[in-house]
Amino acid sequence: MASCDLAVIGAGPAGMAAATLAAEHGLDVVVYDENPAPGGQIYRAIETVSLARNSDLAFLGESYRAGAALARAFRASPARFMPGTTVWLVQKDRAIGILRDGKAAMVQANRIIIATGALERPVPVPGWTLPGVMTVGAAQGLLKSAAMAPSSPVVLAGKGPLLFQLAAQYVAAGVAIAAILETGARPIAALPHVWPAWRSGTIGKGLALLRAIRQGGVNIIRNVVALEAEGRGRLEAVAYRTVRGTGRIATPLLLLHEGVIANAQLTKAIPLAHEWNERQQCWQPMLDADGNSDVEGIAVAGDAGGIGGAEAAAHSGRLVALAALKALGKIGRIAHEALAETERTAWQRHLAARPFLDALYPPPDASAQLADGTLVCRCEEVTAGQIREAVSLGCAGPNQAKSFTRAGMGPCQGRMCGLTVAALIARETGQSMSEVGHYRIRPPIKPLTVGELAALE
Amino acid sequence: MNATTAEADVIIVGGGLHGCSAAYHLAAKGLKPIVLEKHVVARHASSASAGGVRRLGRHPAEIPLAQASLELWHRLGDMLGADGNFRPSGQVRVAENEAELAACATRVGETRALGYDFEELLDRDALRRTVPAVSPHCVGGIRVARDGYAFPFKATTAFRHKAEELGARILEGAGVTALDRAGERWEVATGRGRLRAPVLVNAAGAWGREIASMLGDTAPVKPTALMMMVSDRMPHFVDPTVGAMGRKLSFKQMQSGTVVIGGGFEGKVDHATELTELDFRQLAESATNAAAIFPIMAKARLVRCWAGIEGVTPDDLPYIGPSKAAPAAFHSFAFCGHGFQLGPIVGSITAELIVNGRTNLPIEPFRVDRFA
Repeated sequence: MASCDLAVIGAGPAGMAAATLAAEHGLDVVVYDENPAPGGQIYRAIETVSLARNSDLAFLGESYRAGAALARAFRASPARFMPGTTVWLVQKDRAIGILRDGKAAMVQANRIIIATGALERPVPVPGWTLPGVMTVGAAQGLLKSAAMAPSSPVVLAGKGPLLFQLAAQYVAAGVAIAAILETGARPIAALPHVWPAWRSGTIGKGLALLRAIRQGGVNIIRNVVALEAEGRGRLEAVAYRTVRGTGRIATPLLLLHEGVIANAQLTKAIPLAHEWNERQQCWQPMLDADGNSDVEGIAVAGDAGGIGGAEAAAHSGRLVALAALKALGKIGRIAHEALAETERTAWQRHLAARPFLDALYPPPDASAQLADGTLVCRCEEVTAGQIREAVSLGCAGPNQAKSFTRAGMGPCQGRMCGLTVAALIARETGQSMSEVGHYRIRPPIKPLTVGELAALE
Repeated sequence: MNATTAEADVIIVGGGLHGCSAAYHLAAKGLKPIVLEKHVVARHASSASAGGVRRLGRHPAEIPLAQASLELWHRLGDMLGADGNFRPSGQVRVAENEAELAACATRVGETRALGYDFEELLDRDALRRTVPAVSPHCVGGIRVARDGYAFPFKATTAFRHKAEELGARILEGAGVTALDRAGERWEVATGRGRLRAPVLVNAAGAWGREIASMLGDTAPVKPTALMMMVSDRMPHFVDPTVGAMGRKLSFKQMQSGTVVIGGGFEGKVDHATELTELDFRQLAESATNAAAIFPIMAKARLVRCWAGIEGVTPDDLPYIGPSKAAPAAFHSFAFCGHGFQLGPIVGSITAELIVNGRTNLPIEPFRVDRFA
């Protein structure tokens, strides 16, 4: 079995920063990422955009450009980068199952840093499975990797920094936006948290985005309380309701976004110990100050350990790498403390903006307004009503909901429905989310065929 | 329930298929049983099982029970109002070479000599008619027509709901912490209070050894994590559930199109947390076996692998029947990975033993003290 000192899973800001630092200090580092190039979601295609499509950089914005330096340093470091590689298994003994070029293999790592980033919070509204409805993150991915933008006026619905960032990028790229339907920002609730967010630069960036969007003449409809994607066979219009009344906008493309959550699929599958983050309404691994999990030698960096954003992620990656260097004897305790102090201060400065953002853009209650007919599990086509019915028949939690309804048993393994199913059960049974728990996630967590497993090296 | 001691006619420890089946059969005879389940109904083997309803290849000692149980499977819908998704699509065991085919013929001969004619020898052509997708190198096999498969969770819940309808109670989150005989009654302490009943049934599966030990019976059991995997939906290509003479394989395509692959490969059990860890080296062998018999599977995408915790005994046979150390206590546990099919009949046997003091089915080979 192949082996390495340190395996880093994910080449976004946290993974790149961690791998660069660890490799520069002499560790044998291997970095796995399923994409063809480093960057992760946030800096997707950063290398090709900065080299070949320099003109695109202008509308993608300054915060995206920040990724180029990270990617350059990463490429210049001795870390071994394995693009196009999926990690379908991580065991507690730090054996890793990878798949590359159709070949499955096991690799033994001395230490592992999980930097699998964030997922967009699923937004189950009536009609969300229609062709023509996608997420803001997916649309931004197309813009970065393929310079693809919608040709007819698009509707963006939801809230959060990413939504406004994409809107500003569309405005800069000359894409027509029919409207932004903002679902309940809470500026008053966010007021007490303004100062640290201002100091971190977050508010300044946000205001610049909003200014750019307004200058583009975009119609922002606020306090939207209900949404429905309408159409026969594909999206034709978006119907909405605000506190003032209702409206309907014809559009072939609706982009949804309700913020991001830690991508806990891998950390749950191992499983590391997790806790429920009430403010961000998601599960995240329980970590110490250095990012170490409850499993010896496995640490988590960046948004996979709790949402902090791209800039925080890079500092978090270096902090976790420093802990690995200390543990493997590459740096002494004193050197570690000096280096870690700098990274921790910078990390915390960026994290300080989160309470403001979380209060300004509170996660929606995933169960409150779900009509019985709305699909929650897309893979197995299970509705909110079927989950409620299972609860009435004695279904006590998400894992039993699998047996009762097949929700969460499809190819996505509950990435899309886990939180919604749990929230429905919590509401029906009067339990809290942490009491209700989450699906047990089972490997392989990424696609693997019977033939590939049979040929496991 | 915490303040006082609740009364029942029978206390059943374990809310799996066997516990729920016993509860149904007892309630159907007019008794008021209570099932104590430490977690939730069908938490372990009874939902993780591959769900084979199989007489094919069974140990001779289990055949009379399996025969009687199959008749109950075919009547499950009438009996319980829900059929547990039982599908009598047959079971086949494949021979890959002449030596294995000869072993098939021997097996069929032995079963016939015992007086059973359910196993049918298949030659190369007959195998292909029954299982057209089978690999070209396979030379024949055994078929059993009225066997099939069911959905374990649904079968267990079907027994549970009918039992409750007839007056049985199910208490979840009620793990047994102490067990005493006080006069003519069993007194059981659980995480959800104390209960009292004249009769006790141990249907605690992989945890049955601990309950047996509280009763004074020594019954060796190894908790075992039996692994399975399931593929994405595939176009329909096979009806019967398929095993192999020379390989560890249990293979079935569900009506949804997904394919469930098992075969008794073992992962690791964490007894304290009741969680399992998969062993992908073993699962790689399981995948090899599936793709060898069904070449179409090589490209099938795996959606999920899992393991269920099951109790396995030294002779691969379950414990069924009265306690030898304690009065008015009965065992029904450690079915060694092939107890799903027996669920309907063993619940009935346990009810007969309690109500009539006897059963017509031969349960001597399953006595609890056979290793004592």
